[in-house]
Amino acid sequence: MIISVASGKGGTGKTTISTNMALALGSEVEFLDCDVEEPNAHLFLKPVIERTEQVTTPIPLVDLEKCTYCRKCSAICRFNAITVVGRKVLIFPELCHSCGGCMAVCPEGAITETGRELGEINFGARNGIRFINGRMRIGEAMSPPLIKRVRSLADPAKVTIIDAPPGTSCPVIAAMNGADFVLMVTEPTPFGLHDLKLAVETVKLLGIPSGLVVNRSDIGDREVFAYAEREQLPVLLTIPFERRIAEVYSQGRSIVEEFPEWKERFCELFHKIETIIHERSTTA
Amino acid sequence: MREIVIISGKGGTGKTSLTAAFAALAKNSVLCDADVDAADLHLLMQPEIRQQTDFMGGGVAVINPDLCAGCGTCMEMCRFGAINDRFVVDVIRCEGCGVCVDFCPEKAIDFPTKRCGEWYISDTRFGPMVHARLGIAEENSGKLVSLIRKEVRRLAEERGADLVITDGPPGIGCPVIASIGGATALVIVVEPTVSGIHDMERVVELAAHFRVPGMVCVNKWDLNPEMTEAIEQLAIKHHVAVLGRVSFDPAFTRSMVEGKTLFEYGEPTATQQQVRDIWAKIISSPSMNPLGIMDFKSTIQ
Repeated sequence: MIISVASGKGGTGKTTISTNMALALGSEVEFLDCDVEEPNAHLFLKPVIERTEQVTTPIPLVDLEKCTYCRKCSAICRFNAITVVGRKVLIFPELCHSCGGCMAVCPEGAITETGRELGEINFGARNGIRFINGRMRIGEAMSPPLIKRVRSLADPAKVTIIDAPPGTSCPVIAAMNGADFVLMVTEPTPFGLHDLKLAVETVKLLGIPSGLVVNRSDIGDREVFAYAEREQLPVLLTIPFERRIAEVYSQGRSIVEEFPEWKERFCELFHKIETIIHERSTTA
Repeated sequence: MREIVIISGKGGTGKTSLTAAFAALAKNSVLCDADVDAADLHLLMQPEIRQQTDFMGGGVAVINPDLCAGCGTCMEMCRFGAINDRFVVDVIRCEGCGVCVDFCPEKAIDFPTKRCGEWYISDTRFGPMVHARLGIAEENSGKLVSLIRKEVRRLAEERGADLVITDGPPGIGCPVIASIGGATALVIVVEPTVSGIHDMERVVELAAHFRVPGMVCVNKWDLNPEMTEAIEQLAIKHHVAVLGRVSFDPAFTRSMVEGKTLFEYGEPTATQQQVRDIWAKIISSPSMNPLGIMDFKSTIQ
């Protein structure tokens, strides 16, 4: 079972919700941090990292001995990542989407592939929770290939909690696609609501059931709740603003460990999600 | 012309609220919202749209079933798993590389470009603004950011404005890289949390990688004074100027609910003064005045 925690707007509490739910459930879960641009979950789960893998994506390598400068590679590339200028083949690795088109089209077999470093994947554990995160290399522009790599490591036998990146475009899609449930975290402010609407549209497009956590539920206004009702989006948990929670968070400590009453609430949140997924699979 | 871009690494640290507050303080500036994925600046600026233009992204493969012979070449060639065994393209998985189009022996695959969003030139009470809306689940956000930044520079030129204030996206990936290239300076808004300092370090490294000078201000600093101290020390270590601290102040949320900037809400407060001081520091900073000249226009006739 895969639960992806997303939000649209950044800073609403995705990492807080996902890590606390994982800690509340304990060893039956695995955690994938797919916010590879700014991974933060390890700061709260504090896993022991056992190993690290470098991740690369294929980019073309041209053998100039074989190249006849026919320009077919440059013609097929939609991303302008390879061009032929006189007796030179220029490759722009950062523009390459690794589609393999140039290699397939080259009549001389002059193109092979080498790798561009995307970043790394860390494997670890904490209290029996299996932990994996992706960490994009600084200067790398494309996060989806690394996110997809992290996603592919999910263990189907486990409950997988995914911390997704903010936004509504390709990185978020990579983190949500194929999930059984998307848990959306928002705050009841005009910015929170505006971006939540975008996130809800994205989830609808993917056809995944979803529910809402309203964080800092007593700031701002009530519009988020009205919207949730109109959209029949179940509000599964509300967390009022408390300075002590904000302070605990700022220090990298977890809510369920500091305030035991919250452990039960996060377990309950998970059971509500489980019920929705179950109902959906029986009606489908 | 100078451009400052407000970024943060971590989302939700107060980029947009501070950008709007800076807009209220700036003179003769043009605004740009480069967070095209989840643009929020317009909620405070209430722009009146003057010009609206479609943003065309890359192509997406469409298989014509009447021409398709079912040979499976496309499926074999596609590295993104976007073509299923009934030869239908999953638009969400399609990367837009067009390899299937070129290799289809029946020429059965079309590659129409699609409208990925739109961008606008608007007027606001603080001057002109260029902003955009990327379609849901679309790609090419970096391309759209580059486009609107080019437009905002052109507009600033046209209106004789000497400053562009750009609200940037979170993260360190493609839209952020597109937002900061060629900017005069970056204002990095950090919150005093373990996540905030972690993400700031990555964004500071990104700024150094692309050689754009950065400056740091800590928002909601009093939620964790020790962490604020650590952030400022880290900034100094990385040769990034420290601009100051903004207190945790519910007035930010309250003014947001009313669609106002911090300076248009309630009586003057200590927080307003903090933001005013930070703005003064930004404008007079060496990064914004590389020749030590405060205002080029008044100096060079």
